[in-house]
Amino acid sequence: MTVKSVKITVVALGLLLLSTALCWAAPPIKIGGLFSITGPASFLGEPERNTAQMVVDEINAAGGIRGRKLQLVAYDTQGDATKAVQAATRLIKEDHVVAIVGPSTTGDTMAVIPIVERAKIPMVSCAAGIKITEPVKPWVFKTAQNDYLAVQKIYENLASKRIKRIALLTVSDSFGSSGREQLKSLAKRYGMEIVSDDTYGPKDTDMTPQLTKIRGGKAQAIICWGTNPGPALIARNAKQLGVKLPLYMSHGVSSKKFIGLAGDASEGIFLPSGRVLVADLLPKSDRQKKSLLSFVRDYQKHFKAEGDHFGGHAWDAVMLLKGAIERGGDTPAAIRAQLERTRNFAGIGGIFSYSPKDHSGLTKEAFVMLEVKGRDWALVR
Amino acid sequence: MVRDVNSLVKYAIFSSAVLLAPLLFSGGYLMNVLVFVGINTLLAVALNLLLGYAGQISLGHAAFFGLGAYISGVATATYGMNPWAALLSAAAAVGLVAFAIGFPILKLKGHYLAMATLGFGIIVYIVFNETVDITGGPSGLSGIPNFDISGFVFDSDLKNYYLVWAVTLVTILLSANLVNSRIGRALRAINSSEVAARVMGVNVSLLKVQIFTLSAVISSVAGSLYAHTMTFISPASFGFNFSVELLTMVVIGGLGSVYGPLFGAVLLTLLPESLRAFQDYDIIVYGLLLVLITMYMPGGLVRGIHVVTSFARSKFASEVVKNAQG
Amino acid sequence: MPNCGCETETMSHQILQYALSGLSTGAIYSLIGIGFAIIYNSTGIINFAQGEFVMLGGMMTYFFLSLLRLPMLAAMCLSILLTTAVGVVFERLAIRPLRNANPLSLVIITIGGSILIRGIAMLQFGKDTHSIPAFSSNEPLVIADATILPQNLWILGITFLIIAANRYFFYHTINGKAMRACSHNRRAASLVGIGVKRMVLISFAISSALGSIAGIITAPLTMTSYDVGIMLGLKGFCAAIIGGMSSGVGTVFGGLLLGIFESLGAGLISSGYKDAIAFIILLLILFIRPQGLFRKAETERV
Repeated sequence: MTVKSVKITVVALGLLLLSTALCWAAPPIKIGGLFSITGPASFLGEPERNTAQMVVDEINAAGGIRGRKLQLVAYDTQGDATKAVQAATRLIKEDHVVAIVGPSTTGDTMAVIPIVERAKIPMVSCAAGIKITEPVKPWVFKTAQNDYLAVQKIYENLASKRIKRIALLTVSDSFGSSGREQLKSLAKRYGMEIVSDDTYGPKDTDMTPQLTKIRGGKAQAIICWGTNPGPALIARNAKQLGVKLPLYMSHGVSSKKFIGLAGDASEGIFLPSGRVLVADLLPKSDRQKKSLLSFVRDYQKHFKAEGDHFGGHAWDAVMLLKGAIERGGDTPAAIRAQLERTRNFAGIGGIFSYSPKDHSGLTKEAFVMLEVKGRDWALVR
Repeated sequence: MVRDVNSLVKYAIFSSAVLLAPLLFSGGYLMNVLVFVGINTLLAVALNLLLGYAGQISLGHAAFFGLGAYISGVATATYGMNPWAALLSAAAAVGLVAFAIGFPILKLKGHYLAMATLGFGIIVYIVFNETVDITGGPSGLSGIPNFDISGFVFDSDLKNYYLVWAVTLVTILLSANLVNSRIGRALRAINSSEVAARVMGVNVSLLKVQIFTLSAVISSVAGSLYAHTMTFISPASFGFNFSVELLTMVVIGGLGSVYGPLFGAVLLTLLPESLRAFQDYDIIVYGLLLVLITMYMPGGLVRGIHVVTSFARSKFASEVVKNAQG
Repeated sequence: MPNCGCETETMSHQILQYALSGLSTGAIYSLIGIGFAIIYNSTGIINFAQGEFVMLGGMMTYFFLSLLRLPMLAAMCLSILLTTAVGVVFERLAIRPLRNANPLSLVIITIGGSILIRGIAMLQFGKDTHSIPAFSSNEPLVIADATILPQNLWILGITFLIIAANRYFFYHTINGKAMRACSHNRRAASLVGIGVKRMVLISFAISSALGSIAGIITAPLTMTSYDVGIMLGLKGFCAAIIGGMSSGVGTVFGGLLLGIFESLGAGLISSGYKDAIAFIILLLILFIRPQGLFRKAETERV
């Protein structure tokens, strides 16, 4: 062996040692993900998982957080409380994550809350139910807009049209029942009279009976609270029955898929929605515009699909965690403290300002009112 | 008591394994999974009494499990009842319900019985969803307290593990005694031929209802245990899918055997955990395993294991004989 | 906002609308129920995978239409053929090897099969809900103040056509008669030289084809996704039980009755308990007339 080759070997070995040492010095920061990737709420969990992974990859491609990589460990809860609890325990006890993104549904979130509270791991839920953050739990935050913000937006719009008598048609799952509760409790404040209150099952295929009953009643407008495909069927059934009442939907169907499913029957339907659907229609001065456009563009690039606001909840959650880790480091306690100090973060769902008294962080300005015109969204002024 | 020494020894070995398992897994997430394995075993033992011994199918057992959980949950979380008292009142209430519907339902046979129990299960599930003011509806009921004994609160996976498994072990022992008694023989007589059983003087319809009620009461206790260990319940855990899962546990484990339900419950609770590696493909693997095990191990895992071991034993024996001859 | 004159709408008009809606949902239940009954009668198996054939019919049609851009008729025929193939393969691989298994194992096998089919469909077609275009116009037809879509008429028409074809097959062809013989007494049938195995295979082929047709004709109205099969399957099962497991008129009436009761229940009593109403009717019928509404009681053989 020549001296030269020995030298090269030594240098190579040194480099190898150095690089492994560097790796050892900066293991990735592990965050957990709980999404209902399969099961009845997969329409939430799948875009959320996709988005979370996409954002983590992007952060890593841009050099990570303080020079350290981020790693996402995601499990499927199947929308089942028992599985959510098992998965959360696994994330905490086996994967030793410093924070958790998700779960996707209110039920899963409520099931997991006792566990993260006991283990003192910050969790940013992607579910909407107000029970999640009211009353405030120290370690639990959420990114999905509270249902009552959407209700307020709808009621304001109705009041401006002097409509007072409304018919409710809500889906009998956790999204629908939470919306129904808020619609009822806020009705009085906006001078609304609920003349009929019907529900339908998440797998129902014909809602003409409910609509026939509403048509025979005294309502001036219908508010339907559900997620695809129910509301699309309702829009079609209403058209079939010749129901002429204005039809309001919830933010649960604010994606192009709804228009695709409902077809011509979607014309003239109103709904409150996050800004993500109308990112390109927003004025330049809108502070969310930059986040929105980059999210929509990236999602299209990676998954050949329209980025909807469900994915947006996960985008917000990961970015909020990134901000907190950048400012305070990667211990669960520091992340929690920094999350609570987040102010004016312009995300997908709205502009977040958390505080010790508010772990949901949004106002009703997070929503805009949209109308379906010519098979596309139009902003209602 | 269990009379033959062999099964007593088996039971003792199994109990000590349960007792010592936490030494291996304590602190890990498997501890948490094992709590659910215990609850599922309890449910599978209950269903096995009805299905394995009396031969009566039920596709609605998740309803009794759910009723137990919800009665317990609402009584404690909303009305501040003591969890133990809630467990007992839930068991009593579910027992009454089961006894009342048992007579008309168990008159039916085979697929009609399957359909009737399935219908009952779905009706109960819809009631959980629709009575929002009482049950909290689809978004669930939270704030259910843990069990406690004069200040000692069962608030960790380890404590709940011992609590759940204590109940499960006692139930296994009792059911083993029951099926080896006169009642057990009468049940098996019903399973093979109701007419023959009747001729021999068994009050068939009453006995069927009694075993149905017992099975429902055990399921209700499992429900209460579930509610107070989870501290949160929602209707989705008590739907048709879970009834099917329970049925699968019993059949895959081995019908009409004491430890069959245990194997089934362990396999079906741990399987999804180990299938996480398959990501979205787990549902396919699950379906495939279900079909293959039912096809190729008609007696369930217990019988399958028995066949394998006895095959090995006979192989070994013949080897020994050969060697001796040679 | 004007009130569109709805206040003048009378109760009787509403009830007519409920009945019309119920009839068209009921027709779907009948079609699925007949699929159940055919397999049950020739094999004694309740095929829990029946709902998945319905799903496959709708989903495959959607994918042939949107991905391969086939014309409507070709897409429909192809998906009926493929679903039938799935039914046949299912019988050959999972049912036939188990000729003498107990009914319980068969229940589990068909449940396992349905999970498997659903899982593969989910991975292959995705989790989204899809819609296929209506066979003819989407403009509602008005019948005495109640409205119905042309697609509803298609559903009713095709259902009755299929029932007529069924009747012809079971009463006027050799294979059909042989299958009826099997349903009465399988051993006697095999003794007179009927190939029982082949009959079982044919029954699976027919009911998977029927299931897929049900899925295709309803998809334009109700939309379709990988998991529509479960509830539709259960409702079809109800229809078959109400009709006394007949593979003809009984189940058709069972399905129509179920549809109308559901629709009336949702409109007049409580929409939340709509499905519960269907299953309460089922329980009542099972308790009072377990042989179905339209059949004379038979004494059970021991």
